[in-house]
Amino acid sequence: MSIALEHVSYVYSPGTAYEKHALRDVSFEIPQGQFVGIIGHTGSGKSTLIQHLNGLVRATSGRVLYDGQNIYEDGYNMRELRTRVGLVFQYPEYQLFEVDVISDVCFGPKNQGLPQDECEKRAREALEHVGFPEKYYKQSPFELSGGQKRRVAIAGVLAMRPKVLILDEPTAGLDPKGRDEILDQISELHRKTGMTVILVSHSMEDVARYVERLIVMNHGEKMLDGTPREVFRHYKELEKVGLAAPQVTYVMHDLQARGFDVSPDATTIREAAEEILGSFRRSGKI
Amino acid sequence: MPAGMIHAEQLIYEYDKRDDEGNVIGSERAIDGVDIDIPQGSFVAVLGHNGSGKSTLAKHMNAILVPTGGTMWVDGRDTKDPAQLWDVRQTAGMVFQNPDNQIIGTVVEEDVGFGPENLGVPTDEIWQRVEESLKAVGMLERRKDSPNRLSGGQKQRVAIAGVLAMEPKCIVLDEPTAMLDPNGRKEVIRAVEELRKKKQVTVILITHYMEEVIDADQVFVMDGGHIVMYGTPREIFSRVDELKTYRMDVPQVTMLAEELRRQGLDLPEGILRREELVEALCRLR
Repeated sequence: MSIALEHVSYVYSPGTAYEKHALRDVSFEIPQGQFVGIIGHTGSGKSTLIQHLNGLVRATSGRVLYDGQNIYEDGYNMRELRTRVGLVFQYPEYQLFEVDVISDVCFGPKNQGLPQDECEKRAREALEHVGFPEKYYKQSPFELSGGQKRRVAIAGVLAMRPKVLILDEPTAGLDPKGRDEILDQISELHRKTGMTVILVSHSMEDVARYVERLIVMNHGEKMLDGTPREVFRHYKELEKVGLAAPQVTYVMHDLQARGFDVSPDATTIREAAEEILGSFRRSGKI
Repeated sequence: MPAGMIHAEQLIYEYDKRDDEGNVIGSERAIDGVDIDIPQGSFVAVLGHNGSGKSTLAKHMNAILVPTGGTMWVDGRDTKDPAQLWDVRQTAGMVFQNPDNQIIGTVVEEDVGFGPENLGVPTDEIWQRVEESLKAVGMLERRKDSPNRLSGGQKQRVAIAGVLAMEPKCIVLDEPTAMLDPNGRKEVIRAVEELRKKKQVTVILITHYMEEVIDADQVFVMDGGHIVMYGTPREIFSRVDELKTYRMDVPQVTMLAEELRRQGLDLPEGILRREELVEALCRLR
């Protein structure tokens, strides 16, 4: 399922004193299977943007196309779209409500009208994908730790077998290990299923490590769009809009300024280590 | 007699576990024998995974919770003593995670004035405190604004100013940056730093972000209700493997230095800042 946004704008309270452009002329295309990161400061339009992607919010102007079809056209099956585009909100664990984990995850497929055994099959599969231990399937979701609750909430969306998975800051409030675990599992899921994954994040280090493409939002506009390396090359512009490059990118720039023979483009620890070691090897120091 | 601003001896906090019908089915220890001493004017960071007990510990510092075993003293006052409760609360102010849950005023300066007003501070002095507190967190120019129009980082700074206006000797911040973007995080941490320097307030910062603790005087790491590691940031972040067993991490620069060391570069342990790493690499060249 390819996604295309064409000149999408969204205006809150048009014609009143509170009129606000949340999105301004945003266009991009995401082919099926891409792992995309969206970054931007609070209020930059990230959340409004992703709500357009499953039709929760309707653009004031412009078009949203899935596989070339305009979702605003009369007769477009919006309900179907919402099962194909799974949206995991911020702090999704607040939306858990069932008596036990497995019933909670079954809720989505059950609403799709699937038979009970199929629902359960999908729920189990989804829980496996997020690494949720089977021994807790019958436990109340409210007795779980923060990280586990979040896994259950993500599984609830996965159980509908979406083609596109959108996550709005899935690691907010988790401890470092919990952050890594969730992102590793999402990355694994992307690799195994070929699902399109769109990750909204505040962590430059995380997006650098996981995504293949980055879209930077600022004041409702698309400011940059490219691979993490390409985007973080513009670190000075990013700083002006309240963002930054990963810490290691700054180290590389500093080293280059001090005469090291390194490329400043490294965005992950591994890339940076290789660059630095390479430079020491070339100069015969190790 | 307790020495520091915050002093705990063999602190225990136990609560009942209940089943669906509300019957007690056992008990759980969120804090299990903690000893700490935090000197007046210092900056202490507490790390620990979700559920390690750090927030429960923080809530003992201004008597939102009182220990079920052992004792917690705040500026020499036993938090279990009901007669001292208000003094304890006035000594240690708290800032929580979600800025939206902590702001009650419709105008920034009124929100900040709410605390001292409740303490019965004379009007002139309230305004003086409001001005000073907003200045300390860099929000003075927004004093007439509605809090609704502020970013998360700005709201959180207003919340800090609100605590500051009550002139506590100690501020406890429980994951104040968890819901903020990178810029908001920086603003809040900078404001906290300023407080400590200019007002000599004791600061206790609970966080999941390793980068935020590198300027702390002392770092505590909690796990299972215990304090399992204790030291300066440099000492703590030198123990990368041990930290990982407690679900913690180290700053990205420290991790890069560690990786380079493993690959044979002769770098010192516990590098915390980007300038340190760059200097150390220059020396090796």
